[in-house]
Amino acid sequence: MSGDHSALELVLTADPALIAIVRLSLIVSLSAVFFAALVGVPFGALIALTRFPGREGVIVVLNALMGLPPVVVGLAIYLMLSRSGPLGEFGLLFTPQAMVIAQTVLIAPIIAALTRQTIEDLWIEYRDELAAMNVGPAGRVATLVWDARFSLVTALLAGFGRAAAEVGAVIIVGGNIEGFTRTMTTAIALETSKGDLPLAIGLGFVLMTIVVVINALAWVARRGAERYAG
Amino acid sequence: MRAPLSNLPVQFDEVGIVAGGVTILDSVSLTFTPGAPTVLIGPNGSGKTTLLRAAMGLIKPTHGRVTWAGSDLMPPLRRAIVFQRPTMLRRSAAANLHYALANAGLGRAQRSARAAELLGLVGVSELGERPARKLSGGEQQRLALARALARDPEILFLDEPTASLDPAATKAIEDVIRAVVARGIKVVMSTHDLGEAKRLADEIVLMHRGRIVESGPVAAFFSEPRTPEAKQFIAGELLV
Amino acid sequence: MLTRRHILTATAVSAILLAAPAALAQDKSIVVASTTSTQDSGLFGHILPIFKAKTGIEVKVVAQGTGQALDTARRGDADVVFVHAKSAEEKFLSEGFGVKRFPVMYNDFVIIGPKSDPAGIKGQKDVAVALKTIKDKGIPFISRGDRSGTHIAEINLWKAVGIDIAKEKGPWYKSIGQGMGPALNAAAASNAYVMSDRGTWISFKNKGDLVIAVKGDKRLFNQYGVMLVNPAKHPHVKKELGQAFINWLISPEGQKAIADYKINGEQLFYPNAGDPSA
Repeated sequence: MSGDHSALELVLTADPALIAIVRLSLIVSLSAVFFAALVGVPFGALIALTRFPGREGVIVVLNALMGLPPVVVGLAIYLMLSRSGPLGEFGLLFTPQAMVIAQTVLIAPIIAALTRQTIEDLWIEYRDELAAMNVGPAGRVATLVWDARFSLVTALLAGFGRAAAEVGAVIIVGGNIEGFTRTMTTAIALETSKGDLPLAIGLGFVLMTIVVVINALAWVARRGAERYAG
Repeated sequence: MRAPLSNLPVQFDEVGIVAGGVTILDSVSLTFTPGAPTVLIGPNGSGKTTLLRAAMGLIKPTHGRVTWAGSDLMPPLRRAIVFQRPTMLRRSAAANLHYALANAGLGRAQRSARAAELLGLVGVSELGERPARKLSGGEQQRLALARALARDPEILFLDEPTASLDPAATKAIEDVIRAVVARGIKVVMSTHDLGEAKRLADEIVLMHRGRIVESGPVAAFFSEPRTPEAKQFIAGELLV
Repeated sequence: MLTRRHILTATAVSAILLAAPAALAQDKSIVVASTTSTQDSGLFGHILPIFKAKTGIEVKVVAQGTGQALDTARRGDADVVFVHAKSAEEKFLSEGFGVKRFPVMYNDFVIIGPKSDPAGIKGQKDVAVALKTIKDKGIPFISRGDRSGTHIAEINLWKAVGIDIAKEKGPWYKSIGQGMGPALNAAAASNAYVMSDRGTWISFKNKGDLVIAVKGDKRLFNQYGVMLVNPAKHPHVKKELGQAFINWLISPEGQKAIADYKINGEQLFYPNAGDPSA
């Protein structure tokens, strides 16, 4: 991405470096949402539906973890993935996978906490019916998660927004390597540090446009599904 | 699935239920046996809903025991309940029935046919593909009834099934209830409507402040009430 | 409803997402820990494609300050380290983390300051005197403060005029702990002086009111060196590919590529791999 072009020019000419950066940003953040949901939704639902000692404490901690500072997550994952760290043998540092891992850790609490709240609210409504139909624990989780799917999509979008917007975690574990681990946010940080503020702001607009588009797609999908299933 | 043990008779032995310091049921003893419908009547707060929920096994008694065919640990396999405000799953009406049928252990191959049959029984055949939550109050009540019947119950509890319905919908539900009774299913329902009690009941149970005040065959109850509360209630006075 | 089909699909997708980049990483590539000056000036953008075209080796540059780059190499997270602080590099070697140091190129530092020159040092030939003047007059000065080669050079220049800046600094001295770009941004925004390498300065786009105030002093000379991370300490280091990169950098072809890099006709880095004293 040459610094002599404005962000608009890069978009209009479909600059390959810009496309690569956008593509990587989307792959990393969407993958993180996927894995975070895989872990966070069942976990949140389970906390919502079970009683155990210390449950309130777990909920408080889970909610607090929504505010995990990205740079702290980045540092922690860096230390784990470094060759000198416990998981060094996998050679994951400075790769897109490391970025996915870091962002997954960052947003899993958001998705879990929002899932827990949603499912717990729904459980109040569904509790008697499901008990009367003799639905077991696994069935309850599956039924409530499915019935809450529209609200859960909002939770996923919250996670995606957090992931797409952060720079602290991905820049530490990814290294901002050109053509390999450079995402929109790390590119914006780089252009800012090079003094090319107009380009940085322009890239910022591109990033926000992409996030809006993703949200719009999710909205359309939801409306379609709602009309179908109520 | 193998035929589960029978639920009946459902027996209440001096059952008391206390919650938050408030006595909701007090020394309730009665038995539900196979046969004609039992209707619970009484003012708001008399404990009708709680009694039905306890009979369904959703609440554990604070005192006394509730037993199903003599056992106090009987999973709700052949009993079902329709709540006053039923909750529909966020899917189509037919899908709601499929869900209930699957939970009752019916094989996948037979579910569609049975679901269609049940929809027909309660008179909502054309609504199968509609989102269940978008149905009207009366339609949802009927769907809830179909969903309860999907469990092939021996005993069916209904908590004020026509309370918020207009006369046409009320009649539709009452017709279904009669059809259910005709199939040999024991019906235990509560109602505010004395007329409905007379129309449907074989046995009447009057409750007041968590206790059973009077019970007996319907004709005798209305023509010769024995207790002062029964007399007042039939006369349309407030029982406080 | 969650069916077995859903679970299988999720597992398959996960596997693909995790495996794909890993597959790419097995190809010919090395990680080079280097400094922000080599990145931000655009030098790597110019020379690395030439190297890749010749050898097919992908060079992944992680750009940090010199101190951080050497630490990354100590942890074994890089194959090659390419920085500009000879004393720090020699310490790295003496600790056994590097194999051998090769000088590659030099550029120079300059003192940047506001056009209005509040310290009155423009044109001063002696950089240490210029810095002392800034301190005596209490004019704002931005320091990188990040153990980078630039930061280390700055500390040494204060020492050259007898000032232990860590102990003798005042509110006029702002240590920001960041790279060259943010330091220049900070200087532009607060009308302060700052020491920068010429390469980053030339390619910097937010110059604002800043100009070069002091240049040319021999002590502003900034030497870059490259080292292979020692495979004896970190067996996974890609030593053949890493050595190939080092060999190319000091070869006539690599040296020419460095010299050919210009911005607005101005050369930024001067190759000197052949200089034994560098």
